[in-house]
Amino acid sequence: METKSIMIVGVGGQGSLLASRLLGNVLLAQGYDVKVSEVHGMSQRGGSVVTYVRYGDKVYSPVIEKGEADAVISFELLEAARCLPYLKKGGHLITSTQQIDPMPVITGAAAYPEDLAEKLAAAGADLVAVDALTLAEQAGTSKAANVVLMGVLASKMDFPEELWQNALEQCVPAKFLELNKKAFELGKNA
Amino acid sequence: MKKLMLGNEAFARGLYEAGCRIVSSYPGTPSTEITEEAAKYDEMYAEWAPNEKVAMETALGASIAGARSFCGMKHVGLNVAADPLYTASYTGVNGGMVIAVADDQGMHSSQNEQDSRHHAIASKVPMLEPSDSAECKEFVKTAYDISEQFDTPVIVRMSTRVAHSQSIVEMEDRQDDSLKEYVKSPQKYVMMPAYAKSKHVFVEERTEKLVKYAETSPLNRTEISETAEFGVITNGAAYQFAKEALGDKASYLKLGMVNPMPVQLIRDFAAKYEKVYIIEELDGIIEQHCRNIGVTNIQGKEIFGYIGEIPQSVIAEKILGEKKEFNALEENIPVRPPVMCAGCPHRGMFYTLKKLGVTVSGDIGCYTLGACAPLEALDTTICMGASISGLHGFNKARGAESEHRSVAVIGDSTFMHSGITGLVNIAYNDSNSTVIILDNSITGMTGHQQNPTTGKNLKGDPAAAVNLEELCHAVGIKRVRVVDPYKLAECETAVKEELAADEASVIISRRPCALLKYVKHNAPLKVNSDKCVGCKMCMKLGCPAISMRDGKAVIDHTQCVGCGICTEMCKIGAIG
Repeated sequence: METKSIMIVGVGGQGSLLASRLLGNVLLAQGYDVKVSEVHGMSQRGGSVVTYVRYGDKVYSPVIEKGEADAVISFELLEAARCLPYLKKGGHLITSTQQIDPMPVITGAAAYPEDLAEKLAAAGADLVAVDALTLAEQAGTSKAANVVLMGVLASKMDFPEELWQNALEQCVPAKFLELNKKAFELGKNA
Repeated sequence: MKKLMLGNEAFARGLYEAGCRIVSSYPGTPSTEITEEAAKYDEMYAEWAPNEKVAMETALGASIAGARSFCGMKHVGLNVAADPLYTASYTGVNGGMVIAVADDQGMHSSQNEQDSRHHAIASKVPMLEPSDSAECKEFVKTAYDISEQFDTPVIVRMSTRVAHSQSIVEMEDRQDDSLKEYVKSPQKYVMMPAYAKSKHVFVEERTEKLVKYAETSPLNRTEISETAEFGVITNGAAYQFAKEALGDKASYLKLGMVNPMPVQLIRDFAAKYEKVYIIEELDGIIEQHCRNIGVTNIQGKEIFGYIGEIPQSVIAEKILGEKKEFNALEENIPVRPPVMCAGCPHRGMFYTLKKLGVTVSGDIGCYTLGACAPLEALDTTICMGASISGLHGFNKARGAESEHRSVAVIGDSTFMHSGITGLVNIAYNDSNSTVIILDNSITGMTGHQQNPTTGKNLKGDPAAAVNLEELCHAVGIKRVRVVDPYKLAECETAVKEELAADEASVIISRRPCALLKYVKHNAPLKVNSDKCVGCKMCMKLGCPAISMRDGKAVIDHTQCVGCGICTEMCKIGAIG
């Protein structure tokens, strides 16, 4: 199988590491060669955070570049727009509708672009926009928006439900497991 | 059993399987998780040392004592540890000794982009370089064998992409980890001139033997493609990028041992092809080696340059002339640089320094972000500890004019790493300098590592805690005071008074990092939009939780931790 590429993007602190590890574990259990590339250190502090997940028979590069992603999952709308160039033509773009102002917007040096979801759809992306934050709060905490979005992704991928449940059990601490399972379910049915 | 592992996690697994017993490191992105993961194995003793030099000397001492040992650091940390490294090359080892150095091609989280292979060449220590997690584990085990066979420390060079990418690793059991016998041997371990002279002869002979080893070692691998139009010599992460871009259009010589490099192996490979590309990130070390041994049908730095990573798109474009198509919005997408977190205790102090117009000598840590808008408080950031010694030099150069309007800022961990000696210099050589220790009770930027001021060790167990106030007094600073950076008025008074004083002083700005699990947060604050007049005073703090909507300030409840600094800024009491 040709290598597939999925990007998970958001703002530092939104939980992209957990999301990419969940996906990585599902793909490993499916028998693929997998590479997951993470960001640690300074860029995590509230900056744009990008995680790459690649899988197939044999994966070489751990990174995804412009025009290479089969899917982009974004935790924040502006980051979805920023990463649009990474998406292959006709690729899937799953984004939370949450908006977080970056510092240039906070200081007034730039404006947060308007109607981004409509513009992304118009630009040819196969767009799914979900209010992941509200769904996460329904599940019990705004912090679970990452797992809501992985639920949305799961609904688009043809992998056995059991693998996702196993991955959740492996990656999430026991005391938050039920909450995250609920968040995943809400995402799947969104 | 197969597992997805970060390169750093696989490295730690390699330490475990190789029977390593002693681990001493200083955190630094992208090397930190090697030691954090190593600490999870009870069979290995693992610690955070105050700096990389101490870590390397600890590892060397353990090696001399007969244990397989390890120290890990980022590229700039190896500069700090260079002193023991260059002489450890002479003494060699007893138990095997492995050093991890993690380079940061692309400068994802570093102040420079140096190529650590230069240190291996200059210290004449062998260096291996894995290109995925499975190799991280295997190369660590091979490194210990080389270390003991050739009587040398061995460096394993990591990079951000290898250290922080997960790939599949097959786990194996731990090897024998018994201590080797320690025999007193001054000729080997006392490096005074008479003994060191003969050890230098040993080092040169060892390098010759290592070159022979490199000719046939499986660390250096040739992958011949029948359909190849050209050859590629590559290493580390660049190998993966090259394979991705070029596939079987090329044959590859992948160098897993980057110092010393083989000679005949490279000549034979290059002779097979009319053209050979050298694809190596940062400096042209393989390329220069090729030229030195008379291999000239090569191209490298003239097309790939010396800066950053060389991902697949660059290789495909430069060699094959291929470019990917993609969509983009015409919209201007504002950048999102990293920022100090909501509730960060550094913010109050930086706001105070900006307000007072003070010259600020900065250092390495989360607080380096104080250089960014809107706080823009920092004047300099060079390396670990340079804030204090740099301020001393600045003040000596400009005298009283500067002494009363400039400060150094340094975090608690960085102060323990290499700030203390600078403070000793201020006291000893009598500069009227003001040092602010931003004590957030943790090593923040690298992801919450304990340090000698926190009262806990790497495993989280209780440990002796350095008392910063007493330490500052002990080195000769009489004026030492503690402030709470959440209290702006208190900060301003302290900075003004210490700058006005006619002697050196230390202000300890103390408040734990807002991300620490034990820190209790207040309820998120709200803006009373009826009261808010849109004056944007609260926006001057650069808090990521506060933004303007329709001319009024709003606070993002998912980010706000209720630190209350913005309520101090709001003169009309609209925030509460």
